[in-house]
Parts: sequence; C-alpha cells; structure tokens
Amino acid sequence: MAANAPALTFFALFLPFIAAVFAPVLTRLLGDRAAFVLSLAPALAFAHFCTFLPEIAGGEVVTGGYAWAPSFNLSFSWFLDGLSLTFALLITGIGTLIVVYSGGYMKGHEGQGRFLAFMLAFMGAMLGLVVSDSFLMLFVYWELTSITSFLLIGFDHEREAARRAALQALVVTGGGGLCLLAGLVFLWNITGVTQLSLLVHLGDGLRQSPFYLATLLLVLGGAFTKSAQFPFHFWLPNAMEAPTPVSAYLHSATMVKAGVYLLMRLNPVMGNTPAWEILLPFFGGITLIAGSFLAVRQTDLKLMLAYTTMASLGLLTMLTGFGSAHAVEAAVLYLVAHSLFKGALFMVAGTVDHEAGTRDVTKLGGLRAAMPITFGAALLAALSMGGLPLFFGFLAKEEIYAALAAGNPRAVFFTGLAVIGNALMFAVAFAIALKPFVGPHVETPKHAHEGPVTLWLGPVVLSVLGLLAALFSGIAHRYVSSPMASAITDQKIVIDMSTMPHLGLPLLLSVITVLLGALAFWRLTELRAFMGRALESLGPGPDRGFDHFVSGLVRVSGVVTRLIQPGRLEIYITATFILLAVTLLVPPFVFGELPGFPTWPATILVQEAAFFAIAVIGLVAVLRAKDRLTAIVSLGIQGFAVAVIFLLFGAPDLSFTQFMVETLSVVILALVMTRLRLSPRDHRPLAQKLFDAMVAIACGLGFTLLLMKSTQAPFDTLLTDFFNAYSKTVAHGANVVNVIIVDFRGTDTLGEIAVVMVTGLAVLALIRVRAGKRAGSGEGQ
Amino acid sequence: MNTLILRTVAPFLTALMLLFSVFVLLRGHNEPGGGFIGGLIAASALAIYGIAFGVSAVRRAIRFHPMAIAGSGLLLATLSGLISILSGVPFMTGLWVYPVIFEVEVPLSTVMSFDIGVYLVVVGAITSIALALEQNEGES
Repeated sequence: MAANAPALTFFALFLPFIAAVFAPVLTRLLGDRAAFVLSLAPALAFAHFCTFLPEIAGGEVVTGGYAWAPSFNLSFSWFLDGLSLTFALLITGIGTLIVVYSGGYMKGHEGQGRFLAFMLAFMGAMLGLVVSDSFLMLFVYWELTSITSFLLIGFDHEREAARRAALQALVVTGGGGLCLLAGLVFLWNITGVTQLSLLVHLGDGLRQSPFYLATLLLVLGGAFTKSAQFPFHFWLPNAMEAPTPVSAYLHSATMVKAGVYLLMRLNPVMGNTPAWEILLPFFGGITLIAGSFLAVRQTDLKLMLAYTTMASLGLLTMLTGFGSAHAVEAAVLYLVAHSLFKGALFMVAGTVDHEAGTRDVTKLGGLRAAMPITFGAALLAALSMGGLPLFFGFLAKEEIYAALAAGNPRAVFFTGLAVIGNALMFAVAFAIALKPFVGPHVETPKHAHEGPVTLWLGPVVLSVLGLLAALFSGIAHRYVSSPMASAITDQKIVIDMSTMPHLGLPLLLSVITVLLGALAFWRLTELRAFMGRALESLGPGPDRGFDHFVSGLVRVSGVVTRLIQPGRLEIYITATFILLAVTLLVPPFVFGELPGFPTWPATILVQEAAFFAIAVIGLVAVLRAKDRLTAIVSLGIQGFAVAVIFLLFGAPDLSFTQFMVETLSVVILALVMTRLRLSPRDHRPLAQKLFDAMVAIACGLGFTLLLMKSTQAPFDTLLTDFFNAYSKTVAHGANVVNVIIVDFRGTDTLGEIAVVMVTGLAVLALIRVRAGKRAGSGEGQ
Repeated sequence: MNTLILRTVAPFLTALMLLFSVFVLLRGHNEPGGGFIGGLIAASALAIYGIAFGVSAVRRAIRFHPMAIAGSGLLLATLSGLISILSGVPFMTGLWVYPVIFEVEVPLSTVMSFDIGVYLVVVGAITSIALALEQNEGES
C-alpha cells in the first residue's frame, strides 16, 4: 500500500458527500448528463476499495483514522475487514449503477439535482456506517442514513402518502438508532473500549456481564428496526412511496442491510449465547414467513419486491443467529446474491413502470418484444433469486440448506421455514420476471418500448454479475465470501461451494423448494386471493398501530404542554421566584448553615448612610406608586443608589455598568409600557398581592442570608491573587475585571454576547409578530 | 418628550456620548470601562437621539440595521478568537502586536478586537430592541 493510503481512504469516504454538494449545480449546468459525471464519485470510491481486496483476502485488516477528541478517546477511524469491505464494495458498486439509473429514471424531472444530492449523501452515510471503527462514528452514520433515507423516501413531498412513509421510516429507524446508542454505551461501559476492532476479543467478558441481555436487546432494537424485522417491518413496504431508484438502492444492498451488518459485526462478540440463538432465528423466521406470504398477496411489482426483501432480511437474521459457521457462510452468500438480484429486479420494476406507465402485474403482459434487454435482465435476476443452478442464488440456497439441515428438531423447524419462504420467493421472482413480459400483449397506459441505456445498464450488469460470480465462484469466494465469513465468525473460513450440484440432502431440499415454488407460481392468482382473505380476517396490522401511536403521542404531549406551559407570564414568573426562594431558603435551614448575626460597623460615613436611605426611599416609592410608570421610575432610584454604593465600596466597573443598565432598563421598560398598552394601574386583588409580597419577601430574605453567609465565610483569595499576579504580566492589562472578561474567560464572554444577540433577535421577532397581528386585524376592520 | 430643548441638545449629547463610549471601550483594558459598558453608553446615546428625532432618524443615522451591527460584532469577536488557532495556540489566546504609528508605540491585540466585538453586539442588540419598541405602528 502506498504511504498516502489513509488520506486516500478518508477522501474516498467523503467523495459521495462532496459529489452530493455539487449535484444540484452540476445538474443545472449539464442537465441529464450530470448523473454520468456524478457516478464517477462512487465509481472512484469503488476502485479505491477494490485495491484492498488482495490484502483483505490474505486475512489482514486495514485500519486508519484521525484523532477526533483524544481526551474522550474518540477518533474518526475506519476498519476494513472482509465484512466491511464487501459492504463497501456493494454500496459503491451498486451505488454507481444506481446514480446512472437515476439519471435516466428522473430525466427531465425538475428535482433531479436535489434527488441526486440526497442519493449521494445517503451513499456517503451508508459507506461511513459500514467502515466505522469507533462507536460514536457508527452511531452518527447510522442516524445519518435514517435522515437521508427520510429525505429520499419523502422526495415526492407533495403527496401525503410519501410524507407519511418518510416520517414513519424516520421514526422507526431513528428510534431504533437511539436504542443502538444506548446499546453502544452499554458495550463501552462493559468492555471499556470504544472501537469495534478492539471489541472482537472481549466477547467472553461481555457474554458473562449481568448487563449482557440488556445490551443485546438494545442493539437488536437498533438492528431490527433498521432491517425491518417483524414487528417493525411495516415501514419498509411503505417506503416504496419513494422513486424506484431509491427502493432499488435502499432495499437491495444498503439501508435495510445495515441492521444485518450490525448483527454480523457483533456476532463474534455477542453471539454464541442462548439469547442470541433464540431471539435472532425466532424473529428472523417470523419475518421470513410473514414477508414471503405478504409478497404473494401483492400485485404491485415494487410491493412484491419490498415484501420479498423483508423475507430475505428475515432469512439473513435467522442464519446469522443460527449459531454455526455454515449458517454464517450461507448468510454471506445469500447477502451478496440478494444485493445483486434484488437491485436488478427493483430497477427492472422501475423501468417497466417508466416505460409502460404501470407496475401493476395484472395490467402488464407481452412486453418481451418491446423490451427485450430488460426482459433478459429480469429473467437472469429471477433465476438467481429462485436459486436455480448456474446462479449465485443457487450457491446461497445450497449453503442455506447444508447449514440448516441437521437431525435435531430445531434444525428441522427452521429448514421448514426456509423451504416455505424460498418457495414463495421463487414464485414471486418469476411473477415479476415473467408476468409483465410473456403472454398476450396487454394495453398499457404508455406505449412501451425499450428504455435508454441508462435504464437497462444497471439491471443487466447486476444480473450478469449474479451469473458470473457463480460460474467463477472460486474467485468470488477467495476475495469476497471467505474473508467476509471469516470476519463474521472470527475464525478462518474457506467457502468452496460451487455451482456444480452435489447429490445430497441440500439438493433434495432445493428440488422441493423449486417444485413448491413452481406450484405457487402456477396457482398464484388463487394464492393471492386466499392470502388477501386471510389477512383481512387477521385485522389491522402494526402499520395502523403506528398511526395510533403517533396520534397518541401528539395528544399526550399536547396535554403535558398545556399543563406546564399555560402561557400566562404571571404564572411563569411566580413559579420561577417560588423556586428561587425555596432554593435559597431551604438549604440553610435544613443543613444549619444560617449566618451569624452581623457585627455593626464601627463608623458609617454620612454619604454611605445617605445613599442607603435613598435606596430605601426608592423602594417605598415603588410600593406606593399609583401607576406602573411611576413604579418603574422609582425602581430606577433604588438602582442608582445601589450603583453609587458599589462605587463607594470600590467597584467602579460594576457601578458603571449598573448605572447604564438602570438607565436603559428604565427607558426600555417605559417603552414596553407605552407599547403594550397595559392598564396603567395594578388591578390585582388583595389576596394575590399578599401572596406575591410573600414570595418577594422570601426571595429577598434568601438573598440576604446568602450574601451574609458568604461574606462571613473566610475569603479564599486564590483567584484574586492569581488574577492580580498575572493580569498585567500575561494579559497586558491593568483592569483585572476587564481582563477576566475579554481574556481569561473570553470564551464565556463569547457565549454571553451570543446570548445577547439571540435575545435581541427573539425580542425583535416577538415585537414584529405582535405588530403584524395588529396590522392584520386593522386591515380586517 | 419631543421638546425644543431636547431636540437642540440631542445631537451634541449623542455625539459626545458616542465619543465617550469609544473612549470607555478603549481604556477598558487598564482602567474601569470595556466593551460591555461602552456598548451600553452608546445604546443610551442612540436612545436619546431616538427620543428626540424619532426612530427613522436613528435608523438613517446608523445606516445599518442594528441587528446587522450586532451580528458583525459577534463575527468579529469569534474571528478574534479564531486567529489564535492559525498561530497554533489554543482558541481565544490573546495575541499582541506593537506597531509604531507616528513615533508612538500602539499596542494592538486580538483581545481588543474581541472587546470591540462585544461593544458592537451590545449596541446592536439593545438598540434594535429599543428602536423596535419605540417605533410607532405604521412606520416601517
């Protein structure tokens, strides 16, 4: 590796984000051709990650990074092993094709630049997620994928359904992300490390920790929501509201695979426990069966694919948690195969929709003559998805059955689930690849013809890859599958599954799967109707539950807000001052820290006494004032007297500021009075006045006690000495107060003036809102 | 409040107070004063001018929107803090230069520009509040 490899990797990780920034401008300049230029970004990243292949295949790991906040042991660091490298290649490789495809699919759409920007930003987030080494970086990227996918799913934001789907995905996956954060904090606390690469060998301690189960549940909360496992699966089919390139990308190789990635990453650390091997296969199995049955029911090409994606994710979760090296090998092969064929099929669905104007499978037929290339790609992808020989999907399925098929009842049960799920997915695969293309020609909303090269390039490349990877399985295993499986199990694994069928139980199970699948395909219409009736009898699902949850949340927060924010200034101020009085008065009495009685000073100068008297007169004047304006001005008297007292006791800066503040507050309060047109007099009833007086006196008493106590305590001159000694020598200033403000504690001051600025803006906004309302009502009259 | 006496005195008073505020600001490092106090004095000066001649006269006189003044102050203060990073010392470290102008050594520092930033924020924020409150409806 060249010496500048870390810098290059860093650049490769940020390349998609950089491209995202320039996407809108490029689209404006180059129009539809911008997608080609932009696809260079993921293509370059792909090429860069390819250079790591020999090294990783040799069993090494590549790490790199930069210190971020060393004092917190945080770093921006990445970690490439077989697992993350495979993901990185899938993300950038399929990403390149998707960007090209988006250019064709969104041709002429006014939001194309925005779309490409979101897409590339998502790509960057996903890439960062899978190569992250530090926990914090993993979490940041995890949430970033949630946010960018929110933007993508809600791209068509003028439609209600798209907005709802986007919000749903954000709430579900973002909420799961918070679970993950808590889980990562647990991991950090238990093991004391913040990096995934260091975590690998600490598994034993973690598994024995009393917090293991809590950690596991939190991490699964993150992984299951992201990977759409039952019962959090509902956001995935709803996310089909997004334009098809989004679905093709998010639901083949990226977003939803992030959860699976996390499970695989943590398998050597958290796996091999009863909880892991019960929870994962159980939820994975349910998701597999639910997803495949729901897929059969659909007639929309994208929804069919969405539910099979859910089923595939269930299968992957099940295999990851099954607890044997063979199962992990199967998961690896299936993950790669799935990314290829699902990406291709989604793009095919998009192309059909784009060219024919509908993606309802019952309204399509006989397109093979019009769209031969798309048909070919669809067929190849479906053969892989169906798991037929010569395709990578076949290898995956053989490995699945080889891993699951053992004598014990647990294995038989999960094998049964896998056979049913695979058979139904087989049926759906061919429903998608054959129904729109063969049979008699059906009239479609648009006159269908083959799409441009941008639309068929992606599906063709991915589906042909699915064939090539199987034909040259030696190479694929050497560089991709074996290193990935080794990383997941933390032991050296060599996968040698080839496309030559071996006689045995796995092949028999494959044959059964294909036969069942063919049967389901043949009677698909009846099966669909049956599933529809069965689901209706089951009642509303978790999708409806989500709506109830959200509206309930809004109601509860409304009630809470009305309770603690009644909107009356009097209540806020009263609450604030009562709390202040309690804080000041309770501790001295409870802890016996009352000040002693002060000693009367021996001599009081005449001028001091005079200004004290003025301050008291000011107070009396406030209390006796007939109207509010007089009260404000009288308060000013008291303030000026205090300022003079400060001056007399040697605090010129403080006194100076007090003078100015008093002047300005009287001016501003007077302005507020004239502006708000309050009633000039105080109309509070006597009881209210007495209560307010009590609160005021309690606050005053509290402050008096606090000040007396603090002046009676021995004065610690440490800071005074420090500032006196260094103010002139270090900061070149004789005025210690000002030196503290602008130099020693300058950062505090920066924060304070920012607050002043924001307060000014807020006041301005409030006044404007009021003026606007009045102007508005004036027009109305 | 709009009397002849006030209107006659106000320009002089405002000018004097503004001058004084700058004086207070600059001497703050060694004697009582500084950006906060200077800013408050300048804000009072503008308030007096506003009372005498109305809000739009003040707005014309200061040319910029007071909030823009406050914003530029915050920017100046932040930049003053950031300069030290360029010199390889921690954020907000005071840096000093001593150029000789007309044979007088004038100590200049990032601390001073920071203080000027404080001054501008205080003037801008308080003036914008005062002007907004003073403004009669109908004026814009």
